[in-house]
Amino acid sequence: MSYYWQYGTLGALTAVGGAFVVIAFLGNRLMRPRKPRVEKATTYECGMDPVGEGWSNTHIRYYLFAFLFVIFDVESVFLFPWAVQLEKLRPQGTVLVEMIVFIGILAIGLLYAWKKKVLEWVK
Amino acid sequence: MSETIVFLIAGPIALGSALFIIMSKNAVHSALWLILNLMALAVLFVDLDAQFLGVVQFIIYAGAIMVLFLFVIMLLGVTREELLGEAIPIQRVVSGILGVALAGTLVWILLNAYDESAFGSLAGANSAGNVQGLGRLLFSKYIFPFEVTSILLIVAAIGAMILARGRTEEESASEVERHSGEDVRL
Amino acid sequence: MPFVAPHIAWHGIAPELALVGGALVALLIDAVKPAVDRRFLAGLSLATIGLAAWFTFDLRDTRAVIMQGTLAVDGVALFGRLILLITAAMTILISYHYLSRRRIHRGEYYPLLLLATSGMTLLAASNDLLLSFLAIETLSLALYVMVGFARRDEKSQEGALKYFLLGAFSSAFLLYGIALTYGATGSTQLSVISKQAAVASVDERLMFVAVAMIAVGFAFKVAAVPFHMWSPDAYQGAPTSVTGFMAAGTKAAAFIGFFRVFLVAFGALQWDWRPVLWIVAVATMAVGSLLAIAQTDVKRMLAYSSIAHAGYVLIGLVAANRDGVSAALFYLLIYAVMVLGAFAAVIVSAPGGSERLSLAEWGGIGRRYPVFGGAMTLFLLALAGLPPTSGFTGKFLLFAAAIKAHENALVVAATITSVVAAFFYVRLIVLIWLQDPPPDDGHPGIGPTPALITSLGIAAAATIVFGVWPQSLIDLARNAISHGFVG
Repeated sequence: MSYYWQYGTLGALTAVGGAFVVIAFLGNRLMRPRKPRVEKATTYECGMDPVGEGWSNTHIRYYLFAFLFVIFDVESVFLFPWAVQLEKLRPQGTVLVEMIVFIGILAIGLLYAWKKKVLEWVK
Repeated sequence: MSETIVFLIAGPIALGSALFIIMSKNAVHSALWLILNLMALAVLFVDLDAQFLGVVQFIIYAGAIMVLFLFVIMLLGVTREELLGEAIPIQRVVSGILGVALAGTLVWILLNAYDESAFGSLAGANSAGNVQGLGRLLFSKYIFPFEVTSILLIVAAIGAMILARGRTEEESASEVERHSGEDVRL
Repeated sequence: MPFVAPHIAWHGIAPELALVGGALVALLIDAVKPAVDRRFLAGLSLATIGLAAWFTFDLRDTRAVIMQGTLAVDGVALFGRLILLITAAMTILISYHYLSRRRIHRGEYYPLLLLATSGMTLLAASNDLLLSFLAIETLSLALYVMVGFARRDEKSQEGALKYFLLGAFSSAFLLYGIALTYGATGSTQLSVISKQAAVASVDERLMFVAVAMIAVGFAFKVAAVPFHMWSPDAYQGAPTSVTGFMAAGTKAAAFIGFFRVFLVAFGALQWDWRPVLWIVAVATMAVGSLLAIAQTDVKRMLAYSSIAHAGYVLIGLVAANRDGVSAALFYLLIYAVMVLGAFAAVIVSAPGGSERLSLAEWGGIGRRYPVFGGAMTLFLLALAGLPPTSGFTGKFLLFAAAIKAHENALVVAATITSVVAAFFYVRLIVLIWLQDPPPDDGHPGIGPTPALITSLGIAAAATIVFGVWPQSLIDLARNAISHGFVG
């Protein structure tokens, strides 16, 4: 494909970013002194030993926000092709109304969420 | 040429990460492999000239939906190993055989049906730009399915709010409680 | 690619606009005023359905493909809307007191019901696989939530989860099938697919897989064997009014979509898919009827019975002629009415929240409440397909269509399974009438309300009228398909 070079910047940035991490860690490893001891390998060299597991259950309220985020994310994705083409499509009124209807229906969902106090942080 | 090279890199990553999704014992690890899988697919989409789809794949799937996945996994807890047990003894074997059979049929047919002329590139559709072409189709020919999508999204939003929301204090005290309190167990 | 401004045929989508509009208004009212009287929401929903029915009636002489080829306005679409609007209206009638009794009367029930109905009517009228998929997802998402509406009831949650997981799984099959169809034919519009599928250059193997995948997706939605596993649990766990809505509405919508996609888009491939659906039809009738015998729970028994009925409607698709379509339309309407009647009877069967779910609790109920017992008996007779009920007429039409298509073996299989199925219906009838009623003390009576009596009455009247004088409805169903599918 001819316009792959457009991704060249992205590729170069990825390569430079990766190289930066590798070089930094490698340099660190080469220059630092190495005197391993059992105590140094523990998570906390001082203080309390950790008890139990690191996992804990999250509250379902996070899920709701994540879900609403997905829905409005999908909506925003549809806005891109609309926005780039709005100026060229005729009649503009129709195309504008099409998007207003789309957003309007989702806005009712948001209004519903707001009125039902779904957006409030339940303690 | 360049698209073949990209395919040869992204394709195996997609397949390998898909295998790791189902082989990881830890659900969070599966989710992380899924992110890699979705990213590899996004690269493949871009490789096929569907740039917008590739970006959407990144934003929606690898971004938003994976956040949702991780929340749900954390909500349920990741150490539920009892869920990995089998309810029916030979379930895993049978489903494995049937799955391989289905995949084999699909691969065989798609390999045989592959026809360069039928599966042309998107060059024509992309002539005015990928996003532009999509916008034109979406807001003319597919306007009705597009509007129905908004109905689908609002149904999903209401559904999630009904199933996931705890009752607020005001609600418990209000008139609503008479209608929607503890439902009678049958 | 020039941009062609879309033409919006407002009158053609007016029924759906009414349903969605009514749903959004109900949703807003519930959001702004949570304490609103549920009677108001139910009334608003009924009015919305009435408005949609009026718009549908207004379209009776129109035949067109509208909305840039995505939506069909023809007899089948209108008949489908008729079935679905009747189903939705009766569901509201049987829901109202039931939800209050179980204290799950949340205001969102009505918007969800209306949105699910709009998804169903769109599926029945969809002329484009993309729209079909969106419609299926809309109705399914609403139903997943409605099945799990009883949030403190484990069975309801279990049913919702199973329905959701398997439903999502089947959607993936459907979507993959749609993608392959697009790959093979270059279109998702049914009429274009049909033209392309007849062309020699299209890859047959690709089309086989595509047709198979789409068939799997639809078979899940109509609960045909071997894709029926979700339905007994979902039907049993769901609030009874939702179960009735699913049995009547989802089945009708999915079947009409199934018919339209397979007869219009894949009509040229019918010699390939008919033998497969023949096997599916026989398996569905046999498994549904045989497993229903073993059930001790009324809702579960009706779930298996509904699987068996999906098998009977499939006969119309295997026949693949106009008689098959009109017979299936007739059957879907009368089945919707009688199964809603049966679930209304289950709701009436006890006051308070706990219905008589185990078969044993129905012993002798006909002796104590002859009218109620009589109504339930009528629905069971209709489900069994015995004269003089509408169920008999419906089966007769389907069998006649199959014989016309020279599918005699299928009719024999269907007759045998009907006899098997009659066993468990008649067993319940015997229980209702011939067993001694339990002693009075402490036993719950029955809980009729005006709305429930109305729906029971309508269902019973329709079941008898369309059994004894079916001709007008048969003509209506025949007229619906007399000019074929549009497109």
